[in-house]
Formats: sequence, structure tokens, C-alpha cells
Amino acid sequence: MTDLTPVLSATWDAEQSWKLGTYEEHGGYGALKKALGMPPADIIQAVKDSGLRGRGGAGFPTGMKWGFLPPDDGKPRYLVVNADESEPGTCKDIPTMLSAPHVLVEGVAITSFAIGCNHAFIYLRGEVVHVYRRLMQAVREAYEAGHLGKDIHGSGYDLDVTVHAGAGAYICGEETALLDSLEGRRGQPRLKPPFPAVEGLYARPTVVNNVESIASVPSIVDKGVDWFTSMGTERSKGMGLFSLSGHVNKPGQYEAPLGISLRELIDMAGGMRGGKELKFWTPGGSSTPLFTAEHLDTPLDYESVGAAGSMLGTRALQIFDETTCVVRAVTRWTEFYKHESCGKCTPCREGTFWLAQILERLEDGHGTDADIQQLLDTCDSILGRSFCALGDGATSCITSSVKLFREEYEAHVQQGGCPFDHSAAALFDYASAETAEEAHA
Amino acid sequence: MTYAADTLAQLEKDAAEILGRYPVRRSALLPLLHLVQSVDGYVSPDGIAFCATQVELTSAEVSAVATFYTQYKRRPNGEYQVGVCTNTLCAIMGGDEIWRRVSEHCGVGHDETTPDGKITLERLECNAACDYAPVMMVNWEFFDNMTPDRALRVVDDILEGRDVVPTRGSAKVAPFKEVSRVLAGFEDGRADEDQGIGEPTVVGLKVAREQGWEASK
Amino acid sequence: MTSTADTATSEAVETVTLTIDGTEVTVPKGTLIIRAAEQVGIDIPRFCDHPLLAPAGACRQCLVDVAAPDREGNVRAFPKPQASCTMQAMDGMIVNTQHTSDDAKRAQEGVMELLLINHPLDCPVCDKGGECPLQNQALSHGRPESRFIDVKRVFEKPLALSSEILLDRERCVLCQRCTRFSKEIAGDAFIDLQNRGAMQQIGTFNEEVLNFDGYEPIGVAAEDESGKAFSSYYSGNTVQICPVGALTSAAYRFRSRPFDLVSAPGISEHDSSGAAIRTDHRRGKILRRLSDNDPVVNEEWITDKDRFAFAWQNLSDRLTRPLVRGEDGELHEASWPAAIARAAEGLRAAAGRTGTAADKKAKGVGVLPGGRITLEDAYAYQKFARVALGTNDIDTRTRISSDEEQAFLGAAVAGTGLGVTFSDLEKAPAVLLAGFEPEDEGGVVFLRLRKSWGTQQVLTVAPFLSRGAEKLSATLIETVPGAEAAALAAIKAGTETADALGQDGAVIVLGERLAGSPGALSEALRLAKRTGARLAWIPRRAGERGALEAGALPGLLPGGRDAASASARQAVADAWGVDGLPETDGRDADAIIAAAAARQLDALVVGGVTPSDLTADLRKALDRVGFVVSLEVRRTEVAQYADVVLPVAPPSEKPGTFVNWEGRLRGFATAIRTDAISDHRALDFLARELGVDLKVGTVSDVNEQLAALGAAGKGERVKAPTAKAAKASAGASDELVLASWHLLVDEGALQDGEPYLAGTGRTAVARLSQATAERIGVKDGVVTVSGERRSSIELPVVITPMADGVVWLPAKSPGSWVAQELGVEPGARVSVKGGI
Ligand SMILES: Cc1cc2nc3c(=O)[nH]c(=O)nc-3n(C[C@H](O)[C@H](O)[C@H](O)COP(=O)(O)O)c2cc1C
Ligand code: SF4
Ligand code: FES
Repeated sequence: MTDLTPVLSATWDAEQSWKLGTYEEHGGYGALKKALGMPPADIIQAVKDSGLRGRGGAGFPTGMKWGFLPPDDGKPRYLVVNADESEPGTCKDIPTMLSAPHVLVEGVAITSFAIGCNHAFIYLRGEVVHVYRRLMQAVREAYEAGHLGKDIHGSGYDLDVTVHAGAGAYICGEETALLDSLEGRRGQPRLKPPFPAVEGLYARPTVVNNVESIASVPSIVDKGVDWFTSMGTERSKGMGLFSLSGHVNKPGQYEAPLGISLRELIDMAGGMRGGKELKFWTPGGSSTPLFTAEHLDTPLDYESVGAAGSMLGTRALQIFDETTCVVRAVTRWTEFYKHESCGKCTPCREGTFWLAQILERLEDGHGTDADIQQLLDTCDSILGRSFCALGDGATSCITSSVKLFREEYEAHVQQGGCPFDHSAAALFDYASAETAEEAHA
Repeated sequence: MTYAADTLAQLEKDAAEILGRYPVRRSALLPLLHLVQSVDGYVSPDGIAFCATQVELTSAEVSAVATFYTQYKRRPNGEYQVGVCTNTLCAIMGGDEIWRRVSEHCGVGHDETTPDGKITLERLECNAACDYAPVMMVNWEFFDNMTPDRALRVVDDILEGRDVVPTRGSAKVAPFKEVSRVLAGFEDGRADEDQGIGEPTVVGLKVAREQGWEASK
Repeated sequence: MTSTADTATSEAVETVTLTIDGTEVTVPKGTLIIRAAEQVGIDIPRFCDHPLLAPAGACRQCLVDVAAPDREGNVRAFPKPQASCTMQAMDGMIVNTQHTSDDAKRAQEGVMELLLINHPLDCPVCDKGGECPLQNQALSHGRPESRFIDVKRVFEKPLALSSEILLDRERCVLCQRCTRFSKEIAGDAFIDLQNRGAMQQIGTFNEEVLNFDGYEPIGVAAEDESGKAFSSYYSGNTVQICPVGALTSAAYRFRSRPFDLVSAPGISEHDSSGAAIRTDHRRGKILRRLSDNDPVVNEEWITDKDRFAFAWQNLSDRLTRPLVRGEDGELHEASWPAAIARAAEGLRAAAGRTGTAADKKAKGVGVLPGGRITLEDAYAYQKFARVALGTNDIDTRTRISSDEEQAFLGAAVAGTGLGVTFSDLEKAPAVLLAGFEPEDEGGVVFLRLRKSWGTQQVLTVAPFLSRGAEKLSATLIETVPGAEAAALAAIKAGTETADALGQDGAVIVLGERLAGSPGALSEALRLAKRTGARLAWIPRRAGERGALEAGALPGLLPGGRDAASASARQAVADAWGVDGLPETDGRDADAIIAAAAARQLDALVVGGVTPSDLTADLRKALDRVGFVVSLEVRRTEVAQYADVVLPVAPPSEKPGTFVNWEGRLRGFATAIRTDAISDHRALDFLARELGVDLKVGTVSDVNEQLAALGAAGKGERVKAPTAKAAKASAGASDELVLASWHLLVDEGALQDGEPYLAGTGRTAVARLSQATAERIGVKDGVVTVSGERRSSIELPVVITPMADGVVWLPAKSPGSWVAQELGVEPGARVSVKGGI
């Protein structure tokens, strides 16, 4: 059994866990003070040595990313924290910022100091107003306590932090779209190269990191590289938040070393709802190919999940049991991608438009076997051809589900409709809910 | 521009503060659009013109931005934006049914407003609260683990003018315009309001505590 | 194969060598794969790519297979096909296009299929049908049958983005060429992407289309004072670069099919840029004009005036036969011989060349060719004047002009050959503009300056920052019209501006309006000397520079020779094989008109001159002078006064040469063959009838003579002017100094007959500073301006940050015909009253 390792989440159950005082009582901002006494290059080296990989989905080594910044030319460089968290299934950054915003603010201060940035931005999705309140307050508290602002703790180092609210667009999680959005534009991805490290925000060198990546930095500085690397697997070091949702008894946040398995996590989560069978799950959000019970023991680290044909992504474990219609699930995800496609490139814009129509037809029972082939062909026209990874992500659930559950698609065609009782998959009984409503009325 | 002089003066004052947060003018555009919604209750054509002037863009460029993001409303929004998540996980866990009931009950569909101007309904995409599915958002505050029954109670409370209280976060949901002002980056002093930590958020922590697990020192 | 990115620079360029479909190609570092492929004749399909726009990589049609060496030098294939329009060529790269890679082919076919699912099947009625990249590629690379059986996206059609530009949204492939052009090239971001995803579309801020509640805003943020959308001077270029039929022009929509059209290259007659155009015509009628690709002049862009203003020559008042005034006082059609005979008869008498005693009393003929003639025509007019009529009373400058200007032009412009070029303007580190609004008065000049936006410092001596100047991020040197000389003199050595102009390659651009500001041109010469900056004179009208070269000014002989110099006269007389040239100083245009009105001239020969463009009272002159010969394309107002009207060809119906402001010869052939003849040919006939053989009957005759004459030699040149700035005189309290220039789209005669273009013109407004408006008490936001004539101009006021004590009016916009109504030029004092 793998032990859970609460680090970021360690203080979440404390009284007023979001306040500066609470955070400081638990040793908060100690890492910043330590970092300010270190040569910035040493901090970067420590993060490199820790093996910390980006927690936003792609798993790119964080220290290496910082190392890509060109030498200081005396002009501004920026840190932008990606707090857009919109990938379906992903729900780890929001509780982090709601419960312990200071761990992020401290991470921002240390990272900014390490990379020579004097103005950092936190780009928060706009649809979570209380999180925004807490972040703004945390930043203000940090200024007041001298953790931000001018001459931080007498180090001579200055840092401003702006918390920015988005306005509803999944694509703004893609780092270059995020930068365009932060610059007041439509959130459409940019051409790469130039990469943000060279020309990012305002065409200046920029590091874009996920909330959890940055929030992990204080602990690395504080407790050391060895401590961090003692957790995780060979090439996937450290701890991470695993977010269980769906048909398990106790969904929620489980902070564990990378490499833990879903079987272990479901165990901790009190098993499957009603003892039902696991049917399919996403290892890292809706953009990662579906897994089934076959993968219950796959170590949840970058390499193992990749080798098994999916991606660790954001460790957004959406669990669906046997009551779930996979065609319905995939149709809904596809409608999401259609809704969120930014419209810039042909394959993603037109492809998701088409896929949604085919899937809706199939789900309604008006589809044909040729439609199933068309789905795959259309996915083929999108995958690897679209401008950014949103298009690729849109095809994952379709191609993997057709591969795993083709007979279920065919059943929709043959029966002229969905063979599932949707009510059975819900947390409540549709019929009794209706009765309750009548009683209420 | 048709803003009354005092409204305009306040807008300009707020805009100056927003502009001050960024090294480059145009970056202020998203918060400025939230600001306009906090005054007009939607992104009005006047608001587009106001933003265009502030960030020195054409109105076409501003509407290009305003029409890209779903939180910017093109018609006067209800006092309460009620969103039901119907993305896959929530939909399957009951979100579809909640949506059906709520929509039937209010008599309006997606992106439509009740005749009394109280509620604008929206089918939401994933709002990063999957561990609390099915989820509903009212003016971007969390209403977790919804059932049709509880959802309808929230809706009725709004329609009948009672305060509604989210399951996590603030002590009561503020009206759309007030929330829009917060989204423009103006604190409203309610950050410390709390409904207690949600179970799913600390479930892993609890398991660890029960088992005596911690990340080694 | 090696490409030459810019033939003008000979610096060694770093190159890379790659292999495309098995063929090696060497290109400058930084070249995109798609361009490298073009060089070896491999065409990769594309929609969003455009060589003059920043890469977008949006359509994904140009995907190819790429392998490139990694750090160790092992050539590795990219896992996914790459957009060849965004990826730069690298040494050792191996590219396989659709011709050699099945993956690339499959990728392209997939994108094509997706592009077509929502595209309407309306090719048979679409303007682009027959010249549509999408249609062509669908036919060559697409599937024969669509697999899309679902519901297509539909839009209400078409949407008018302006009176001229229409958008059929369902045809749009969202390549963003139009929006990128508007933003990057023209600086007019009046259209942009709207909405998101599948509902994304091109558009202005249109509250109805975008479903906004409310009304369209009017104000600073709106496109101009009227709130008109997409009122860009360059909007027509978007129609041309749209790779499908989504953008069309109201003027051409449904008029023709590309395969019915005959195309001919030409040069635009609308300004002094000499933009290369293509004229498409059918059965003798022009249906549209397009930009041609001329990298050294206009690249691939023209103004909307260049593109859309061609109807003027085919209006119902087009002259096809000569007219002669009969005994009854009316004009009657006549044969050419009869008309020529009648004209010769009248001119012979007026010029005193009858060989009778009456010759003693003859007061002579004045010649006003107008400023839109070709080099050949200008040459013929001046030779006709000097040889056949024996006078120096010839001047093309039917506009603001002065003796100082003539000296400046003779000393610094005429006969100097190719000077500052478009490319020099683009590369200049600093440009000072004086009396010149590049967007309104320069057309594509503006685009070249804007191309260097961000790297080039632009300074402008003007009463306020015009929208064009603002788009260049120009620094205003706020100047009251008339005080330009002082403003230029104030740029003393050691000042920041002087330092800027002291940089290598800096340019001072002077507009023709400076002629109206005493001392300004002299000061400009001094400033150039002081700073080392080069001078460029950019007049408005297409014929100005050619007229200078041809000697169609009273004091200038061909090649920039001084008409007052005996040796210069002798050189020209020798070349012409005549005994001598007239020695009497010629009158300039204003003086010719004044003399005619005072009956000090007996006849006028008038080319394309519009009386309402002049402050001088041409109508009175025409009325009073004894005999008038008019050479015109259309039956204009001048004909009312003419004794003989000779119909001449518009530029599209004749060959000839415009000399653009650079001094570059812009020769063009006949686009449409008709019976119409050039001015120079008509003058050749007329001279023969007067017994003189000018040898100006053909273009080659004229050009041989010009070549033989060459440029002025030492001692033949006019001396540079050394005028001083005039002292400003105080006026009455309600008097303001007039500022004015022609907006690009206005009521100029060559824009007649094109209502769609006119609809995109900017609303006429008067501009005043806040303080000035308060001082004169503007009521109801309107002012009434009166000048020397009794009539006045009433316009809505727009308060503008500008010099106090000045009122700006558009020179010839609706309701604001300044020359005609006020009879004064910029710099004059006008009386301004608030309210009507
Ligand atoms: C469509 C799309 C959506 C994304 N959404 C997010 C997101 O919400 N949050 C995030 O941190 N990264 C997101 N990413 C990944 C980012 O582009 C980027 O890789 C990440 O922010 C880098 O941070 P990291 O290295 O710390 O993971 C998204 C990527 C794509 C293609
Ligand atoms: S209108 Fe034409 S040029 Fe503009 S985006 Fe559409 S297809 Fe491209
Ligand atoms: S031409 Fe290359 S992506 Fe459009």
C-alpha cells in the first residue's frame, strides 16, 4: 500500500487555513526567507535536481523550463501562473487556492526571485469568484507582511504580483492562449517558436507554470531535494494531487506520491459506489485516452501511464461504473470540445463541429455503422493536424472508446437508441427526485 | 457615449486603477469588461465603446474579445446567473436531470433570462469541482452535490427574493453586478466568509491522518 | 537555386540548404518552407499564408512531412506533419510534400474535406468562381463526394461591412488574411474575428449581428466621427486577398466571371505613387481594377481609390467626338479635321501668328494642362506652348503654387532622376513630414511608412495628428498653416529632432501644400543641408512629377532647365531645331487665369482642369477670354465656355508614362483599345494645322526627344530659393487660420460615378481645438466658415487636440468645397462663427 503524502494539502483542515497567520504558523514563508539568501541559480538547480515535472498536464521538467530563459538583458521577464483549471475532471488547483492560497503566493515569490522576475501574474479562470477573493486577499496580506513588494525582507529584491481573472474559455489554459488572453486578446494559441521562454508575455521571456507546480516549489526549497525525490518513481518524482470523481464512495483530493495506482486510490476512497464494476476512467482529464479496469494497477506516473496508451495529464481521475453509457459520455465531452474550440484552425473548428453532429446522431440512435468509421476518419483528420493540443485532446476519448467499446456504439445503431438507463448512473433516483419536488411544491 | 457623468467618472476612476495593474494597457481589457458588467449588468455597446477608449482599440477589436469569452453577456443578465454543470461527469452523476428540472421550472433555456430579470440560466462546462458532482454555480459560487430538489430550492429562493448560500465560500451569493466588480479585481472584503471546508477537499488528508501517514520530514 | 529576397541589398546573406521532394534548394536563413518550395516550382496548397502577412498557421492546408537534424546531426522525422507556412527552412532538412509523401497528402485531403463541410455549393454564382483557390484545390485535391450529411452552418447573407465591402460569412474559411491585412498593413483594425469556435466569424462591431442588446456606439472609439464601420482607405485589398468568395465588392458583385474578362496591366492615375494595377475589362468596359504585384513600388496593395474609382471615364458625359461652337452659340459635334481647323484658327489669331497686321494686337494664349497628364502629354503641351504658340504661359500647377516652389522644384527635383525611393522610405530610421498627410495625399506611401512601424520615427509638421499620422505613431510638431518655415527653422542642430534627421537614411518628405507657406521650401532645403537628411517631394496628382520633367511649368524647360537661362534655351532650341524659344517670363497658373479674366490673354488651352478645385476664378477667366480650346475626356464645366472641345483618352485607353514621386518612370500600354487619342496626339494635329511639326504624335517620338535632351547641365539649372518666413499678421477676432487638405476619398472628379466608394469616405467635419471652440462660442456643435467669396461652409465640429486659432476643413468633401466656396488656400484667414 502506498502512503498518502499530504504536503500542499497538509494545512487544509486548519482553522482559517487560507489566512496568512495560519500559513505562517505552519512554517509558511520560511522557504521564501531561505530562498532569498540563496543564489538564484542554486534555486533553479535544486528544482532541476528535484525532478519536479509540470503539474499542468504535459509533465515538462520545471527546472529545465526555467533554465531555458535567455540571460538577463536588464529588461523585464515574467512568471505567469496558469490557474485556469478547466480541463474536465480536473479540480485540484481550485481547492489549493481556496484553502491555502499562500502556498502558491510563496511559490510565486521564490520562483520569481529564482528567474529574475519582478512582476508575476496569476491567471485564474473567472468562474470561481470566492477563489479570486482569497487569492487577492492572500496577495494583499503578503504585501502587508513584506513577503511581496519592494525590498522583500531586506533582500533588495522587488516583486509585484497581479491576480487576473479570465472570463470563461477552456483554451486559455493552453499556455500561449493564456498569454494572449492576459494581454487582453482573444485567447487563441500562438505560433511556437518563439516559445514563451524567449518571447512570452509582452514578447518578453516568460515562464508559464501550473498552480501545483509552483506551489510545490516552497517545499522543495524548505525540505530539500532528497526529501522530494524520496517520493515517486524513477522519472516521476515527488507528490501530486490525485482528484477522484464520479462513481466512488468518497470522491475528493488524495495527495500521494506519483506512481500510486487507481486500485489503491479507490480503496482509500471507500470503493466503487454501491459495489458496482468499474467500466472506464480517465487518468488525467478528458483529453487523455480512456482506461478500463485492466489498468487498475498501472502506476500513475508519466512513464507507466504513457506506456499503457494514455497520459498522466492532470491526475483527474474520473471514474465511471458499469451503469454509464460510454457513447453518452463521449458525446458530451465532444460537445465540450466543440464549444471550447477557439476557432483558429480548420481541423479543430470544423472537425469538432462534425464529430459532435455524428455523435449526437449515434447517441440518439439515428446513426449508422458508417458513422462509426467516419468518427475515426474525422479524428484522424484532426489528430496531429490541429494548431494546438486542444484538437488532439478532443479525439482521445473518441478513438479510445471506439477501440474499447465498439460494440456499445454498434448497439446504439442496432437498437436505434441508447441501451442505458441514465437514471441509474446518477447519484439520485430521477423518479424519486421528481416525487420529492412534488412534495416540496 | 451615454453614461451619466457621475457613472462615467466612477468608471474612469476604476479603469485607471485597473490599468495601473499592468505594464501594458491592453492587458486591462478583460477586467474592464467585467467592470462594465458590474455597471450595466452586461457588456453594453456603451461599455464596448468605453473599453475601446480606455485601451485604445477599435470597437471591432473589443467586441472580438468580448464575444470570445462566455462570461461576457450580450444582453442584460439576470441578477443571478444560475449555471448547471452538464459536462460529462456532472451530467452523468445527475446534472442532466437537474438541468432539465431547473430549466422547466424557470421556463427558460440556456442563456435565457426569466421575465422578472432574476435568473439567467446557463448550461455550464466543467467548473473544476468534479469531486463535488453534480455541481451548480450561482454567480460563480459553488453549490456542490446538488440534487434536483436542492437545486429547485435555490432557484425558488432567488425567485422569491431570499438570500442564497453557497455550499463552500461566501456567506451569501452577491448579485451579478457585485460579483462582476470582484472579477474586475476589486476586493469586497468577503474573502474570510466560509461555509466550512468541503468533505471531498480534505478526504485524502483525513485518510492520511487516520493512518498516520505524512510526507517524510 | 538561390533566392534573392531583396534585390536592392547586396549584403551577403546567410543561407541554408534543404531538400524538398528530392530537390536541393538553397535559401536565405529564415525562409519559410512554403517559399523555399515555390523556388523549385513545388506548389503547396495554402489559404492563410500570404507572403506579405505575418504567418498564422491557421488553415492547416499546407501540411508537409518534415525531418530535420537534431543536435547530434541525426535527421529525425517530426512525429506530426508540419505547417510549411510557419516553419523555417533549416540546413539539412528533408521535406516531403503531397507529391512525395502519402502522409502529407492524406493530411491535406483531410483538411480540405473539413474546409468544405460547411462551405456552400454556390460556386456557380460566386464572384470568385473561376479564380478561387478553394475551388481549384477542391477540384485537384478534394474528394469527389462529400461525406458530410449533417447540418451546415448558415448565415444571413451578405453582410455589408461597409458600402463597398460585402461579406458572405458561410463562404469564409477564417484564414484571417483580411483581418491580418487590416491590422498589420493598413493599421485599420475595423474588422476582427468575432465569436468563438464553430460560430467564429469575421466582422465589425455590429450589435445586431453579434446579438448585443443596445445600439451602436458613436464616439472616439467608433471608426470615424460618423461611426461608419470599416472606413479604411485600403479595404479593397481584403477582397483581392480573400482566398474564397467571402469578401466581395459591391461595385463588382455579380458583374462578371473571371474567364470573360480581359486583363491588362496599368498604372493608377489617382496619385503620384504610380501604383501598378491590373484592369479587367469586357467589351470595352472596365469591370474592375486590381492591384498588381510590384515589389519596388506598391508591393501588392493599392488604395480603394486606385481600385474602385474608374467609373468616371465611362459616364454618360464621356466625349467621343469633337465639339465646335456654332453660329447659334451651341456646341455641335464636328469631324476631327473641322475641329482642328477651327481650333487652329482661333489660336493662330490669339498667338499672333496669322501673318497679318492683327498680329500686333494679339495678346497671346495661356496653356493649363492640369496635373493628371502623362509625361508625354505634358511634354507636348509645353512644346506646343513654346513652339507653336510662342509663349512660356504654361503651368500644370492648377493648385497651390508659388515662385519659391518653382525655384525649389527646378533646383532640387526636376531632372534629378530616381531619388528617395519607396524602399528608402521604408528603411529610413526617421522621417519628417511637412505639408503632407501620407494616408490622404500619398496612398500607398502611407503603407510603406507603416510597414516600419515600431522601428521608424515619424515626425509631422502639421496642425494636428491626423488619423493616418496617429497610425504611424508620429510625433506632432504642432504648426499653424503658414508657419511651417518657422517650424522647420526651429529644428536647430543639437535638438532631438535634428539628431533624428541626422541619422543615416533619414528623409524629409515635403508635400505640395508647402508651396502655400512662404519660406517653407527654402527652409526645408536648409534643414536638409544642416542634418544631411534626404528630401522627397511627394505631390498629390499623378502628372506632377512628369510635368516637371517635361518642362510644363512657365520657368522650367525639359530636364529641369531654367527657362530664364539663355544657354538652357539655346540647348533646347537646338535639340528642337527651332531658332529660339520665347524669352518672356511665363505666367504661372494663377497669373494665367488672372490675365485671362483681365482680358490680357486672348485664348486659353485647357486640359483636365476642374474649376471647382481652384481658388482662382477659372470660370470668370474662361468666360472673358476670347477663345477656349478644351481637351477633355468628359464634357465638363469647361466645355460650357469652350469654342472647341477635343475628346481625349483616359489613361486606360492610351499608352504613356507617369513619373511617380520617386522619379521612377511608370510606363503603361493601352489597356482598352478605342478610337480615343492622347492629348499629345491631338496637340500634334493642332500644331501641324498651325504649320509646326512638334513630332509629338506618338509616345516613342516624345521619349526619343526627352532622352536626347537629358537632364539640365551645369549653368542651366534654376537657383535654389532662399525665401524667408513671412511674419504672421494678426487678424480680426473671429478670424482663424485655415488648415485643409484633400481626404483620399472625397468628391474629386475622378471619383465620380462610384457611390459605393463614396460611402466609405470619412464624414466631413470641421476641427477646432477646445480653446478655440470656446473662444468663438460654438453652438449646436456646428460652425460656419466664410472666406473671400460670399458663400460659406457649414460643418459639424469635432474638438481635436490641435493648434489654437486654426480651423481645419476637408478640401473637397461633401459640403466642404473649400477652394470653390471660400476662394482661399490653407494659411489664409477665414471668419468662423459658431452655429449656423
Ligand atoms: C487545451 C489545453 C488546456 C490546458 N489547460 C491547462 C490548465 O487549465 N492549467 C494548466 O496548468 N495547464 C493547462 N494546459 C497546459 C499548459 O499549456 C502548460 O503546459 C502548463 O500550464 C505548463 O505548466 P507546467 O509545466 O507547470 O505544467 C493546457 C493545455 C492545453 C493544450
Ligand atoms: S473573409 Fe476571406 S480573407 Fe477574411 S478570413 Fe474569411 S476567407 Fe479569409
Ligand atoms: S497556409 Fe499554412 S496553415 Fe494556412
